[in-house]
Parts: sequence; structure tokens; C-alpha cells
Amino acid sequence: MTGKPYRLASGGNRIDRSKPLSFSFDGRTVQGFAGDTVASAVLASGQRVFGRSYKYHRPRGVIGLGSEEMNALIGVGVGARHEPNLRATQIELFNGMTAVSQNRWPSLNFDIGAINNKLSRFFPGGFYYKTFMWPRAFWKHVYEPVIRYAAGLGKAPEDRDPDTYEHMHIHADVVVVGGGIAGLTAAEAAAAGGVRVLLIDENPVLGGIADLTAGKVGEGSVAGYAKAVADRLAALPNVQILSRTTAVGHFHHNYMMAFERVGDHDPSILAAGAPRHRLWKIRAGHILLASGALERPIAFANNDRPGITLASAVRGMVERYGVAPGTNGVVFTNNDDAYLTALALKKAGVNVQVVDSRARPQGELVQQAMAAGIEVSPSSVISKVDGNLGVKSVKIAAYRKGQGRVITEKKVDCDFIAMSGGWNPALHLWCHNGGKIRFDDGLASFRPNTHTDAITAIGAANGSMSVAETLAEALSAGEAAAKSVNAKAKAAKTKLPAVEEPSRGALEAIWFAPATGGYNEGNKHFIDYQNDVTAADLELAQREGYESVEHTKRYTTFGMATDQGKTSNLNGLGVLSEATGRSIPEIGVTTFRPPYTPYSFGSIAGSLTKELFLPIRGTPIFNWHKDKGAVFEPVGQWRRAYTYPSAGEDKHASITREILAVRNKVGLLDASTLGKIEIKGPDAAEFLDRMYTNMFSTLKVGKCRYGLMMNELGFLSDDGVTVRLADDHFLMHTTSGGADRIAAWLEEWLQTEWTHYKVFVTPVTEQWAQFAIAGPKAREVLSKLEPDFDVSNEAFPHMSFKIGRMGGYPVRVFRISFSGEQSYEVATPANLGRGLWDAILAAGEEFGIEAYGTEALHVLRAEKGYIVVGDETDGTTTPIDVGLEGLVSKKKADFIGKRSLEQSYLKGPNRKQLVGLLTEDPNDVLPDGAYAVREVKDKPPMAMIGQVTSTYMSPTLGRSIAMALIENGRARMGETISFPLEGGKVMKGKIVSPVFYDQDGGRINA
Amino acid sequence: MLVVTCPVCGVQGEEADFHYGGQAHVRRPATSDPVNITDEEQRDYLFIRHNPKGLHFERWRCDRGCGKWFHAARDTVTLEFKAYYGITELPPVELQQQAKGPWADYFKSVAKAK
Repeated sequence: MTGKPYRLASGGNRIDRSKPLSFSFDGRTVQGFAGDTVASAVLASGQRVFGRSYKYHRPRGVIGLGSEEMNALIGVGVGARHEPNLRATQIELFNGMTAVSQNRWPSLNFDIGAINNKLSRFFPGGFYYKTFMWPRAFWKHVYEPVIRYAAGLGKAPEDRDPDTYEHMHIHADVVVVGGGIAGLTAAEAAAAGGVRVLLIDENPVLGGIADLTAGKVGEGSVAGYAKAVADRLAALPNVQILSRTTAVGHFHHNYMMAFERVGDHDPSILAAGAPRHRLWKIRAGHILLASGALERPIAFANNDRPGITLASAVRGMVERYGVAPGTNGVVFTNNDDAYLTALALKKAGVNVQVVDSRARPQGELVQQAMAAGIEVSPSSVISKVDGNLGVKSVKIAAYRKGQGRVITEKKVDCDFIAMSGGWNPALHLWCHNGGKIRFDDGLASFRPNTHTDAITAIGAANGSMSVAETLAEALSAGEAAAKSVNAKAKAAKTKLPAVEEPSRGALEAIWFAPATGGYNEGNKHFIDYQNDVTAADLELAQREGYESVEHTKRYTTFGMATDQGKTSNLNGLGVLSEATGRSIPEIGVTTFRPPYTPYSFGSIAGSLTKELFLPIRGTPIFNWHKDKGAVFEPVGQWRRAYTYPSAGEDKHASITREILAVRNKVGLLDASTLGKIEIKGPDAAEFLDRMYTNMFSTLKVGKCRYGLMMNELGFLSDDGVTVRLADDHFLMHTTSGGADRIAAWLEEWLQTEWTHYKVFVTPVTEQWAQFAIAGPKAREVLSKLEPDFDVSNEAFPHMSFKIGRMGGYPVRVFRISFSGEQSYEVATPANLGRGLWDAILAAGEEFGIEAYGTEALHVLRAEKGYIVVGDETDGTTTPIDVGLEGLVSKKKADFIGKRSLEQSYLKGPNRKQLVGLLTEDPNDVLPDGAYAVREVKDKPPMAMIGQVTSTYMSPTLGRSIAMALIENGRARMGETISFPLEGGKVMKGKIVSPVFYDQDGGRINA
Repeated sequence: MLVVTCPVCGVQGEEADFHYGGQAHVRRPATSDPVNITDEEQRDYLFIRHNPKGLHFERWRCDRGCGKWFHAARDTVTLEFKAYYGITELPPVELQQQAKGPWADYFKSVAKAK
């Protein structure tokens, strides 16, 4: 609706009429002034509709003045810089801005989805749970896509965000949240004590709503006082002020997060290289919460029509932006504050009358309004609003508190409504970290009560609604906060100026204004505008048994929108209170959750994107792998070479080639990621006996032993080979992913249980490059490098160890094997690793050496039936389950997990045990994780008896192989079991030993 | 996020710089007598933890600092740390006296043994 311009001829303390700006709203060029918001400029242009509502697609306009806005959500920016769901009342205008409305199709003024409004009897509270349950398949394919398209808010941008973001970490003695008169006064008082003060305010201009507040401070206006304090604060070296910054959450130990919009209001700031947003992570000594209060709407019939606005927002539009909400309006109130709005309108030349639900409004402001010739109708409510895209007329009905029906009413033409149901202290931050609140009958609202953190609420946030009270409270709280963080802080010398302000009459709560006709069909009393929840929905939820307010919230989605119930919460409680006859404190409040207002994903990510998102660990051979065209796989933070396809080869072909090279010739693996921990000290051997299931004190110097580790529950946690370097010195290998965890695990037991052991644990994973040379030609490659130690099978048998030099490099060589072949693991200091790697490749060339990756490694070990902890085990698997009972010592009195292994529940008859599987069709490769069932049926449920843990096509055997954990597996050798797969296919596999290749170990010892 | 102080190296840091290690002063039965442990004793050692509203004795590790384990006494309502003490030590006497549940018994038994 584009009507006559509503910009007043003069006025507007925020705008600079000498600086006109032009921007686009839904493709239409709109004019504004520097200092305007999108809301004020669009309203000034005569347009009131800003969007369509979530469920009913009802036209919606601006309701609030700042961050409490829940209706006028818009998208700003184009392409990758588009950001949806921003509050039009907070968006500062700049020249050339592109803004769009949301949730309308095809246009704001004609919206097909508005049919939902006519069909609203089919969309009652909880409709999600009622309407779309049947037939089930329709939910996924029909209902959900349609609902997602029709409902919802703005659209997310699709391209990568081109802007930068950052995190800031800061400690402050006193953090003041809110830059209104309370926050400013308190900040100055705290700063006078010499402590570091951080003042956070979400608006571009400090002062809060001082400019909309009646009265005098000293000789000047309230706004003048605020400006003077703000100027003094800006000059103080111990005060930091963050404007356009919202404190979004308060957490443990006075941790606070604040979201700063650095460059949204001015593209030149971004162009100069500044981050777009900052997320401040603040640790506060003491927090002064001066977050103010939020005006609440009144629930009357069709209270969502564009042109129905909070009284404070109307006042703000007139005073700040010189924008009239219309030409002829009604102020609907239950308190004195809204009379200020009536007076401001009258002064601006706008025709206005007041409808007051109270029987005898008589405060000073009421008197002033009457004296100014404003018509006041006491004991009255608005019972009906006519108009769709705007307000055409209202019905005013006689009312007394508690009355449920309209008896008499009269029609009054008007084109806007300013409403005020009173003010709610903004308690969100107070409550985020467990602050308690109490109901105040005078405010008809909740106010802060107790808190276990060092946090004090002041001013309107504390329910102190007068200027005099606020300033006095702020001054003493500021001084006390400084003292609390520094006992020597000086007291503020400031003397409070005298305050004059109009006396206020009492407010009378009104939670529901009776309407003409039936409820909820044509007459909707909106409580939660953003989620389209009406008073009738809440009452319905009560009737259907959702008695707890938390249940009502989930069932109706009341208070769950992006505004987190800022304006709706208390009104909803009021409706529930009247519907149930219970008081509001009896009903209780729903939980306030962070954030106070939404903040961007960009700010959450900060600079931790792209290569900074997760640090990558590479071995000393990383660049060689890259040059060789390796495919990488993540193993923890490591990137390991998975396979090395050469030109024209796919991964399957290269893996097969690598496996066969190891089996037939010789292969080279970069095993540097393997965890390495040195354990040294006189008690090292005894300590290892405690940590491993098997015995290590009997291990001879120069020999290796494969060890299993359990956790205290008796479940496998890691495995690896440990070598005894000297009597008091061991080198332990862990899995690549387990290195840090196992080092911490050893430390924990040393420090907390066997504190008398003299043992050092030193992780050395990154100090060594380590390679496996594996295959029948491995020894020949070793010999070629002219080691200064005897590598003959007799002198250097399987599971032994040598230190020496080889090819000119200092080496530690372990004869151990994870492939089942003759195999040597060669370690050299990390900085020499690449040199030795190249030397081994050169020495192995004549034997056909090939580098192999982790997939070949896994197939090779599976052919031999070697387990991988994490594949064959799942955190509930014991050494006995995987057939390694022989490695669980019977001699040792105690080791980690021993006693738990004897618990009755681990001795049950139907434990899953590790077995091998051969599929009936050798070309069938079982899917990883496939379930075996006791009996195949037409459809689930089928009783499951186990699952596949590793499965491969084995090039060595020319057929598929798999390992699985199967109930009583070892007793079922030779049995064929079934694996029903997706799509109806059933694979069958015969249970066999998990060792598929070289069962007598001849090759390993060759 | 809590602010934690390591009593070993003295560093003060964010909770994320430390590692929480669960309830403190849980006796591992197998260390002293690996033979005579009932299933119930072992179960209690593994799984049964005290979850009081109020004073809680717990273990922490100075993960990104000195790497040492230590004990802390913390109020689970206010989240205030009442004391930090060594991993082989007992809490200050006044906290021992305020302790409830298994801790009270444990502290008494240690005092008696002395």
C-alpha cells in the first residue's frame, strides 16, 4: 500500500534532512534521510505492509521501535551478501541499500498464502501434530515441502560469504549492558572508582529512550542529561564503549557474549577492510544489567493489522524520524505512559483520541492530555479493527475488568492505533544463567529477584520505571560494582541532579480485550505475532490438557520465534492465567534462552573458516604424497595417503596394485602417524603391567610385544606394539587416532592412582618419521641400504628390535607386521624422514617397491584377521569377544579392566564374537555394518544377531572377505547366516576363522 | 564457561583449557585388594556417582597448562569453586566437615586411619 507520504514537515532528532538517501525496497525506489531506519523511511513513504505472517500470511507492519520488533523482518543485501530476517526497525539506512520483504508470494499486497487465513479453522494450535499425521508418506513428500515453502521467513544466501568476521576476547572489571540513562549513570559511577568499564549498547546512539521520556534532569531534558554523560564517558580512558553491539547471552562465571555489527550500516567500513561483525567474548568482574524494559501489546481482535504499533514506537517515529503513523489515530492503553504518545501526536498535528481500559485514569499525563483537548474514553477497549492492509476503523466498547463479552460498542474511523499494555523489564540476560525473578503486581510483570552471579539489574530492567528511582539506583550500583571488583575503588563524586517528572497513575493489567462476534475466525487476538499464535490457540491448548506452560509453549509454538517471546511472553501467561483461574506466578514462566537477538553464523565462525577451520597434521612425507597424486583420508587431524592412483588408474585399481606389490614384492608405507610414547623409569615395567592386559615385565630388552589395553569397564580401548629399549625404558605404539588419548590415559593413572611409581611418560609421535617396509623382498631392500646391524632372519627375527644406522640415517628398526608379510618398521628423526624415505625407494627400485596407502594396509590386515580397534570393536567389545583371550593375563593380580571383565554381565552366554565371513557368491562384498538376522522375514522387525565390522574384496584371495561380530560366533563355525540388505536383496555368508591368509604365519617369519 | 585455577602451576584459565575428571575421592577397589571384590562393589566403583545439589568434590586436569591432575570443591548451585587442592590431598577441614554422602564417610575413614 503506497499512500500519501507521512513525513512530518519538521522534527526528527535522529535524521538529517539535508542528507537525502535513496534505497530500494522490494524493487521500488524509496527516499529517506541520513539517520533513518528502513522502517522509518518505508513508513514515511506511506507503505505500512512489511511482510506476511508465518502461518496465516496475514499482512504485517511495524510494531516496535528497536530490537523487540517481531513483525517487520526483512532481507538486506544482494547475492552472497544477502542477510534474511533482520528487524527493519534496527537497520540503519545507507544510500543504495537493497532491502526486500519476506514470506510473500507473489507480492506483499496480494498473497496467495493468505488463503490460510480463511482456512484458519484448520490451523488451530498444535496443527502440526493434528493435521499432517496421515498418510505417513505424505509428510516427507507432500506436506513438509509445501509447509516449508509456504511458511517460514527469509531465504538464506547460497554463495560463500565474502566478508570477514572476528572474535574478540576481553576481560573487564565492570560490564554495563545498555546505554540508557541507567547504564550511562552506572558506567560513570563505576568508572569514577578507577576500574575498567565496558559499556555495551545495541543502538547506534547512546541514551536508550531518554529522548522519549518526560521530565527534567537538572535544568535540561532527560535526553540532554544522557548526552552529557555519554560525552563524558567517551573521554574517559578506562571506559570502552561498544555501540551497535547486543549482549546476546550471559553464561557461567560472568561470561558474556556480545554481537557487534561493525559494518552493516556503512558499506565504506567493509570496503576499508573491517570485519562485518565481531563476536565479543567477555569475562566480567561485575555486570550491571541496564537492559531497559519492553512495551507489551494488548490482545484485542485483529491486533496485528498494519498500522497497529506499540505506543512507544509511535512516539519514536514522531520524535526521532519525523514520521507520523497516520492522520487520525487511537491510543489504546491501560497505563499513563501511552499518554505521552498521545501528546506527541497532538503536538505533531495528528488527530488522536485515547481509549483507556481503566475506570479512572487520573495521572498527571492524563490531565495534560485532557487539557490539550485529547478525547479520553475510560473504561473502554477496542473490540474490533476493520481493514486488511491497514486500519480503516475500530469499534470501541465499554469495558470493566474481568468482563468477557462486548455489550455496547461504537464505531470510530481511524487509520492507525498505538497500543500499550504496560512495560516488561527485559529479563532475558538476567535469566540466561539462572537468575530468579518475582512477579510484581504494580507492574503486572516479572522483575529480577536473586542471582548467584555478580550481576545487578538497574533501572527499568529492575522494574524501576521512574527517572529519579533509576538514577539513584544506577549511581549506587555503579559505585558498589567498582568496590566489589576493587575494594580500594574511590566513591563517585557525582551528585545526582534534581529530577522532575510527571506523577503516574497505577496500571491495570488487561490480558484480553473482549471482541465482537466469535473468536479466532476473523477475530484473532494475536499473542505471538511472529509465530501466529492467538489467545484462542493458548486456551485450546489448555482445554486439550497442555497445562504446563512449557507444554503449551511447545504445542502452540508460543514464544519460540526468533524474538524469543520478548513482547508475547507475559501476554500469553496473562491469557493462560485468565483461562485457568491461576495467578501468573502460579503458571510460571518459560525459560529464557540465549541469544537475546539472533546473531550471524559468520560471527560464530569468526576467522575460523577455510584452512583455519581445523588444523591439518601432515607427516614429514606429506608433500611427497601430494606430488604423487595421493588420495588422502582424514585420521583424526592427520591426513594420510589412502592410495596412490597413477595415470589412468581408478582407486580400486591402485589399491589392488598396492596390495599385490606387498604380497608379491615389497611395499613402503608412511606409518609416521602411529602413536609413539616413551615410558621410562624404575617402575616402568610394573606400570605397563597395570595398563596392558598382557604381561610386559617379562619382555626382554630388544624384543617387541603386541599389547591390548582396556578401559576400566573391561572394554578394548587401544592396541599396539611396545618394545623394551632398556630395563627401565619402553617405547609404546598406539593407534594413530589414540596417541593423545592414551598418553593422557597413562598420565592420569600415574598421577591419580599409582602416584608412588617413578615413571615418566613422554609422547614422541611427531619426533619420529616411521615407515613400514613389507613384503617378501623387504629384507633385501634393507640389506641394500647397508645397515650396520645384522638383518638375517636368525639375528633379527620377527618381534625383535635394532638400533643403528642404515643408508647413512640413524634408525630404530622394529621387525613387526600389520600385513602378515615379512616386515620392518623403520623410524628416523622426523627431520631426516624425507631423506630416508627417498633412500628406501631408491634402494627398493630393483625389487619393484611401491608405496601403499591406508586402504591397502587395511585390506592386508583384514586378510590376516588382525583387528582394528574402532572397526572390530565399538566400545562394548572385550578382548575375549575378539578372540584374544590369550592376551589377557591370568597371572597378573590387577590391571586396568581386569576385575570388570569378571563381572557377571560380561560373562553372559550370547556375547558377540569376532568371526570371518565368506559370502556364498565370492563377488558379493557385504556392506560395512550390515546386520545379520536370526531369520529373514518379509519386513522388519527381524531379530539381529550381529554386524559386519570390516569387509573388502581381497585381491590376494580373489574373492570377498569380511569380519563380523556375531552372537556366539565361535560356536557357529561353518554356519551360513543371512544379511538382508536395502532393496530386498539378501546376502549369505559362511562363518569361518577370521584369519583368511597364511594361517600358520610362515610368511611373517620368513 | 567456568574459570578454573590450577593449584599446581597457578594458571587461571577457561574451562576449555582444563579437563573435567568426574567425582573425586572414588576408591578403586582393585588397587588395594584385587581378589575380594564383589560384583556390587565393582559396579558402584564404575557407575555410581554422587550428584548433590551444593558442595561437590571433583577432579580436574590442567590440560593446556602443566598437565597435572588436581582436586576442586565446587558448589553445583552457584558454580563457585570453594577450594583447589592436590590430587593426593584432602580438602580443607571445614569443607570436609560440610561434605555429605560418600565423601563424608571417606573423609572420616581417612581421619580415623590417621
